[in-house]
Amino acid sequence: MPRPVQYNITEKPIETPIGTVEGPPGFTGEGFFASKLSDVVGLARKNSIWPLPFATSCCGIEFMALMGSHYDLARFGSERVSFSPRQCDLLMVMGTIAKKMAPIVKQVYLQMAEPRWVLAMGACASSGGIFDTYSVLQGIDQIIPVDVYVPGCPPRPEAVLDGFMKVQDLVGKENLRRRNSDKYQELMKSYGIQ
Amino acid sequence: MALSSEIIKQKLLDKFGEEITGWEEPYGMITFSSNKDLNLKVLQFLYDDPELQFRFLTDLCAVHYPEKKGEEIAVVYHLHNLVDNIRIRFKINTDINQPDVFSATALYAAANWMERETFDFYGVNFIGHPNLKRILNVDDMEYFPMRKEFPLEDQTRLDKDDEMFGRN
Repeated sequence: MPRPVQYNITEKPIETPIGTVEGPPGFTGEGFFASKLSDVVGLARKNSIWPLPFATSCCGIEFMALMGSHYDLARFGSERVSFSPRQCDLLMVMGTIAKKMAPIVKQVYLQMAEPRWVLAMGACASSGGIFDTYSVLQGIDQIIPVDVYVPGCPPRPEAVLDGFMKVQDLVGKENLRRRNSDKYQELMKSYGIQ
Repeated sequence: MALSSEIIKQKLLDKFGEEITGWEEPYGMITFSSNKDLNLKVLQFLYDDPELQFRFLTDLCAVHYPEKKGEEIAVVYHLHNLVDNIRIRFKINTDINQPDVFSATALYAAANWMERETFDFYGVNFIGHPNLKRILNVDDMEYFPMRKEFPLEDQTRLDKDDEMFGRN
């Protein structure tokens, strides 16, 4: 006897017909609103992240479910999945990266314009996963810096959504000077990117 | 008259005599081996003979037998006669310290990539191959990963704690 499926058992009243984003904290007066530039830029960026899918195996199939109507990544401002690295903000690496594929991942990352973020989806992209073998890269953080790791083999679409919201959080709170800081330059240099 | 395993065996014995050894027939598939210097002569004979006409190279691979000193690497050819639908297996053995084998690319065009793959994983040096370089692995790999002296696990990783895996 299978377990009966239950969903929507907690009633959530719909407050507004359209989901909106809260504005940043600031000072409002008659006809003006003052806030920090970084907050406004962060707000704009985090709700219009263009992902670049780099799907090499089964995690890519899960990503297709994520882009479908049921889970719908477009709700998070990522309607447009771009396949041109120069226009993208977020590199989503999904699947096993063989050592022979590593230079290609790196090249795609280098072709993206700053500011750029990276999400590693699944055990293989994060750590090599079950493929502890001579031909597989043991985690993409050996070649490019990674912002968010999503565990799972493969992760459920909800997990990827959670990871994506973590990226949104990072994007929204990022200091506008971070990419020019010495610490960031050092991180790039440790990956051989000047 | 259809080609039978007796005819194949007889023809090979008539031509090469004692040079062909190791006759076996596991699951009805004729298997034999020869000296590694004879591999092209045997293949050419199997290809050219009007009755045998083994003109399709199904597979070419290698096997590493670390315990067989002096002939550690076996190179295996799988041949197919497409007229009578008969398959045979032909093996040669070579020393791992000097794994030189004549290339079959002149006879079978399919051998090109298969020999590159065999070189890639076992380091068999196919003499006469037009482009003997790695085909599947990264170009800067410094060893032949399917040889049994190399562990399967990636040796470059630093984050693995042997204690966690019950070793040492």
